Amino acid sequence: MTLRTFWRLAATAALAATAFTAHAKYNGENRGKPVMPAQSHAQWAAECGSCHLAFPPGLLPAASWKKVMTGLDKHFDTDASLSPADNQAITDYLVKHASNRWTANTAPIKITDGEWFKTKHRASEIDPAVWKRASVKSPSNCIACHRAADKGEFDDDTVRIPK
Amino acid sequence: MTNFRKTTTLLASLAALTIALPLAANANPILDSYKAQAKTENTAFKDFSAEAGKKLYTTQGPNQLSCASCHSDSPKNVGKHAKTNKAIDPLAPSVNAQRFTDAAKMEKWFKRNCNDALARACTTQEKGDFMAYVLSVK
Repeated sequence: MTLRTFWRLAATAALAATAFTAHAKYNGENRGKPVMPAQSHAQWAAECGSCHLAFPPGLLPAASWKKVMTGLDKHFDTDASLSPADNQAITDYLVKHASNRWTANTAPIKITDGEWFKTKHRASEIDPAVWKRASVKSPSNCIACHRAADKGEFDDDTVRIPK
Repeated sequence: MTNFRKTTTLLASLAALTIALPLAANANPILDSYKAQAKTENTAFKDFSAEAGKKLYTTQGPNQLSCASCHSDSPKNVGKHAKTNKAIDPLAPSVNAQRFTDAAKMEKWFKRNCNDALARACTTQEKGDFMAYVLSVK
């Protein structure tokens, strides 16, 4: 084996390893990139956004959104039912822009159950007491700390945890 | 048109508005259609009651939730979603002109919120009472 062939083989192996690691990142439960599509959607913004932040479609895989949208009459213990036409339009938008990096065969309906979320917010990084603050209330309240979450901006550097 | 005539027309319009406004203040086409519906459902129906609506507004159902849980003690205030903390624009048309202008939207929210607060659908009488109360809040 010439030295050149060796390096070529080594490089290929390294690349394969990187690809494998990327694939298994967060056990395949990774949010999409981008998390928020450039194209907004009026019904999605109005309907999902009337009770909570209109969660960016890329935070869950398509299968999750289908589950969420077929159970709106009992949506986390709240009746959030929609007309069939609105439901279809919003489902289409969510499915089209769902996470493009979710490779696991899982479909949680809670964003906070995704492996990427749990890893990013583990107790060693975020004191669990933070979630109980009145200003935060729950881990699903993204915008309490990610102040531009409504624009799909979740950069670590812009996080501001309220008192 | 001369300036004088313009001014007279303007003044006349203003006067007409001033007379019409107090009468129209609590009038609402959606309330009217609920009234018509209530009459067909119940021959003994007389009118909606703001007082009954006020009582309904703070009535808690089996889930310890009432309208006030999210819409605050007064429909004039900005509310706060009991579960998510999200701000909710005031309900009273006296401070939020967009309220009570879209019949389909109102039906959508009556269905959801009566279910959440009272664990049942609201009657036409209750919907009208609720509207009469919220319209009366200035």
